[in-house]
Amino acid sequence: MIRVVLPAHLRTLARVNGEVELQVEGAVTQRAVLDALEARYPVLRGTIRGHDGGPRRAFVRFYACEQDLSHEPPDDPLPAAVAAGTEPYLIVGAMAGG
Amino acid sequence: MSQVRVLVGTRKGAFVLNADGKRDRWQISGPFFPGWEIYHVAGSPAEPDRLFASQSSGWFGQVIQRSDDGGATWEPVGNEFKYDGDTGTHQWYDGTPHPWEFARVWHLEPAPDDPDTVYAGVEDAGLFKSTDGGQHWAELPGLRTHKSAPDWAPGAGGMCLHTIILDPAHPGRMFAAISAAGAFRSDDAGQTWQPVNRGLHSEGIPDEDAEVGHCVHRVAMHPARPEVLYMQKHWDVMRTDDAGESWHEISGNLPTDFGFPIGVHAHEPDTVYVVPITSDSHHFPPEGKLRVYRSRTGGNDWEALTRGLPQEHCYVNVLRDAMAIDSLEGCGVYFGTTGGQVYASADAGDSWAPIARDLPAVLSVEVQTLP
Repeated sequence: MIRVVLPAHLRTLARVNGEVELQVEGAVTQRAVLDALEARYPVLRGTIRGHDGGPRRAFVRFYACEQDLSHEPPDDPLPAAVAAGTEPYLIVGAMAGG
Repeated sequence: MSQVRVLVGTRKGAFVLNADGKRDRWQISGPFFPGWEIYHVAGSPAEPDRLFASQSSGWFGQVIQRSDDGGATWEPVGNEFKYDGDTGTHQWYDGTPHPWEFARVWHLEPAPDDPDTVYAGVEDAGLFKSTDGGQHWAELPGLRTHKSAPDWAPGAGGMCLHTIILDPAHPGRMFAAISAAGAFRSDDAGQTWQPVNRGLHSEGIPDEDAEVGHCVHRVAMHPARPEVLYMQKHWDVMRTDDAGESWHEISGNLPTDFGFPIGVHAHEPDTVYVVPITSDSHHFPPEGKLRVYRSRTGGNDWEALTRGLPQEHCYVNVLRDAMAIDSLEGCGVYFGTTGGQVYASADAGDSWAPIARDLPAVLSVEVQTLP
């Protein structure tokens, strides 16, 4: 299972507590994880990336394993620890706005 | 006894204020959607417990929320606002062409006769319509693709479509206003549009009486006399008696004719309300005195309404969608400030009292008169 951590506002919007666990078929990429997330929680469509699957909203960042993956190609594989479920994939509202 | 429900959108959430027809005791609920900007909350005239709210944030974009129980509970509905076809360009602040980009919904206008139909005015300026209670939105592209659109430019707050008026007497007639493009009228239910800005005069644009380019802040209509419209422009308070074919100034004795909201008394089509603001750079009331001005003559002759409003050291603003008027016999007037106060008058403006004092900055105020 892929573990995903949402920012607080999106947890409220999706009505979830804590981490989200997702089953991802095939290669575990950022696109595949976001596709699975939006399929489970359609209310999140448009809040992380464009409705058509991209691009990432400017003040949303993607982290995992202490790396900033925000600018990585969406179809690149995520770190093995994320694919194995030992590390979460973090969706973060960027620090901005004071 | 009748009831009133005031719907308040703020920089950090929505609030719902309820009172009976006496309007002297208020119950405040909220914040709903805390931390998000709520540009507008509006109720359906056809089904008053159905409310729509525009929820947005710079981080996570646009969400539309709907309530079917008067604001007690909410459900997110559709949030995809996709311009129809080629988006084209408008002028950017530096005069260069800039592609249309959706930013947020500024104003929601539910249809009077169908609870599933609602219009949305958005930034960058466009008009959308839902016929399924907000689940799906389709643009009425005739406005954004008007031949003058490449010359439209954003006002300081963005290029927003902030006013939507559905004419109750002429099926298919509607008005929209855009900052900074001007006022537009459709006579075919939003398919095609014409600018209706003749008579407007704006010193800040190269051609002061151009067909488009005017920074219209708000337009208001009395439903019993729909050919008359009142406008608060960036500067100047204006009136048309022929559905926008020509406008004339009615600023008269106002201390300043800059401001944002404008409203019309529920039972007196010639009674108009504005909140004069010192200037476009000051954005606070003249002399630190918060005064609503009322004309009972359809403009030109204005009286200051001050009883119950702060008359010293007051430096708040009142934004364009932050005034509303109920339809009880003793007409109620409401407005919210950037300082987080919501003021109400139950006597057509003669006296005022705060019904909420310390909310986040108020972006919008609507009121529903309920049986």
